[in-house]
Amino acid sequence: MGMTMTQKILAAHAGLDSVEAGQLVMAKLDVVMANDITGPMALPIFRQMADKVFDKDKVVLVPDHFTPNKDIKSAENSKAIREFAKEQGLSWYFEQGKSGVEHAILPEAGVVTAGECIIGADSHTCTYGALGAFSTGVGTTDISTGMATGELWFKVPSAMKFVLKGRPKEYVSGKDIIIHIIGRIGVDGALYKSMEFTGDGIENLSMDDRFTIANMAIEAGAKNGIFPVDDKTEEYLKEHCKKEYKVYTADEDAVYDEVVEIDLAEVRPTVAFPHLPGNAKTIDEIEAMEPIKIDQVVIGSCTNGRMSDLRKAAAVLKGHTVHSDVRVMVVPATQKIYKQCIAEGLLDIFIDAGCAVNTPSCGPCMGGHMGVMAAGEKCVSTTNRNFVGRMGHVESLIYLASPETAAASAIAGYIANPEKVGGDRV
Amino acid sequence: MKALGHVFKYGDNVDTDVIIPARYLNSFDAKELASHAMVDIDPEFAGKVQPGDIIVANKNFGCGSSREHAPLCLKTAGVSCVIAETFARIFYRNAINIGLPIIECPEAAKGIEAGDEVEIDFDSGRIYNRTKDTEFQGQAFPEFMQELIAAGGLVNYTNRKK
Repeated sequence: MGMTMTQKILAAHAGLDSVEAGQLVMAKLDVVMANDITGPMALPIFRQMADKVFDKDKVVLVPDHFTPNKDIKSAENSKAIREFAKEQGLSWYFEQGKSGVEHAILPEAGVVTAGECIIGADSHTCTYGALGAFSTGVGTTDISTGMATGELWFKVPSAMKFVLKGRPKEYVSGKDIIIHIIGRIGVDGALYKSMEFTGDGIENLSMDDRFTIANMAIEAGAKNGIFPVDDKTEEYLKEHCKKEYKVYTADEDAVYDEVVEIDLAEVRPTVAFPHLPGNAKTIDEIEAMEPIKIDQVVIGSCTNGRMSDLRKAAAVLKGHTVHSDVRVMVVPATQKIYKQCIAEGLLDIFIDAGCAVNTPSCGPCMGGHMGVMAAGEKCVSTTNRNFVGRMGHVESLIYLASPETAAASAIAGYIANPEKVGGDRV
Repeated sequence: MKALGHVFKYGDNVDTDVIIPARYLNSFDAKELASHAMVDIDPEFAGKVQPGDIIVANKNFGCGSSREHAPLCLKTAGVSCVIAETFARIFYRNAINIGLPIIECPEAAKGIEAGDEVEIDFDSGRIYNRTKDTEFQGQAFPEFMQELIAAGGLVNYTNRKK
């Protein structure tokens, strides 16, 4: 029986010729990553199993969630992983000022590559599937075990195949596509499964689009999301990564639980309404409603804080001013992206429009620090979750959108159609 | 192993952000986390929960973040088991790894109400609703996971293999 791309990577890392869905395997790990929330908690658990990490080049720590540290406890947590990284001589520890959001910095710095088996103690670790890797989020005990032993048990997932066709229209990007998909299949539509993306439409998606789509596979309940390796992937890897990589392709006769076809040309700018990433509404449906006035806009995160995201947001904001009732925070996902924004004049555009531009971090995404909302406030955010209380008060509301929709909404003061830059209803 | 307690009942897609909001994640002290358990969906939970109590929910319990703080705060608060129609996969792994018993059972998720007194036999997967005198059969864990649970979680299991 044929194998999916994910199954082939798992088989290779388990030292098996073939695996099938439902099989439990022990697989070797290429990268084991934790952050400043999950990492400190992992250290005492790790020490119950080992004194030294299994490989100092494969264990990665990224303080990004509560950094620059927001309070004493988070400073203690960052200190704990900083000291651990030094003690263990880790090759990959990303300190503030040389860092960024974990899922942006790992591909950018060449830590992860195609064909690898990767775990991260962060649910959005599925992002690296964009590079053709098997990559999944786990918890603290799993990550501790991975750090100690270099292997972990997995239940081989079955898969859903998403056939992407055609070319997305202007003002439609990876975020609209993945919200559209989650809207169609539901927030548990791919529960325990792989989301394998295929089809000729993939060549029309930038690497940043693919990172955004793979990033939110978890929001459909998936174990991982994965893209085939093509010319764009190889070009990206050539630019960013020195590691050897391996290209896996799904067998012709691979078995899928379901096949979902998506015509990218038909996807509209799409927004996920509170309180689920699957509450998808197209911009046309939104325009037919009473305007939804907003208080805050966030442009950034592991989902949409990459260079092309910020270029798109800046193109919409250029020459405009942020609405007087709206606060905007732009958070470039890495230092390199931040610097590129300066070089390209994007920071001038953001600041001239009236946006706050913050240092790379997870920032407002999970309500930890920066951009926390009060009761009744509404935010259009390019992040990945709009759960109750995710960004502050339980009575605040989050609308997930693309960078272009977020920028258009910042100008309009309500959720606005980026095709009409700034909207014409005000 | 058995559990007996009263039920707290929730709906679909109970996410880890409401089980333990990120604003409390600057600590991984289990007792402190437990004092905030479920606060954004049920602010009375942490004050009311008694040792042995059971959470029953519908689809996709524990969706969202990978924070192990979520099952840990429930276990520390005294929750003896979570029964749900389905679990989100990272929560499922985390719960097993830290030794919080969980059972997938759609029938029980439908047939049990808040406040019911429920008895669970983990060896057989039998769920008995004392209040309504009804019985359900939960799905048994695969053998490998039973070994993990019997070992007392992944850390002990890993150490034993050495």
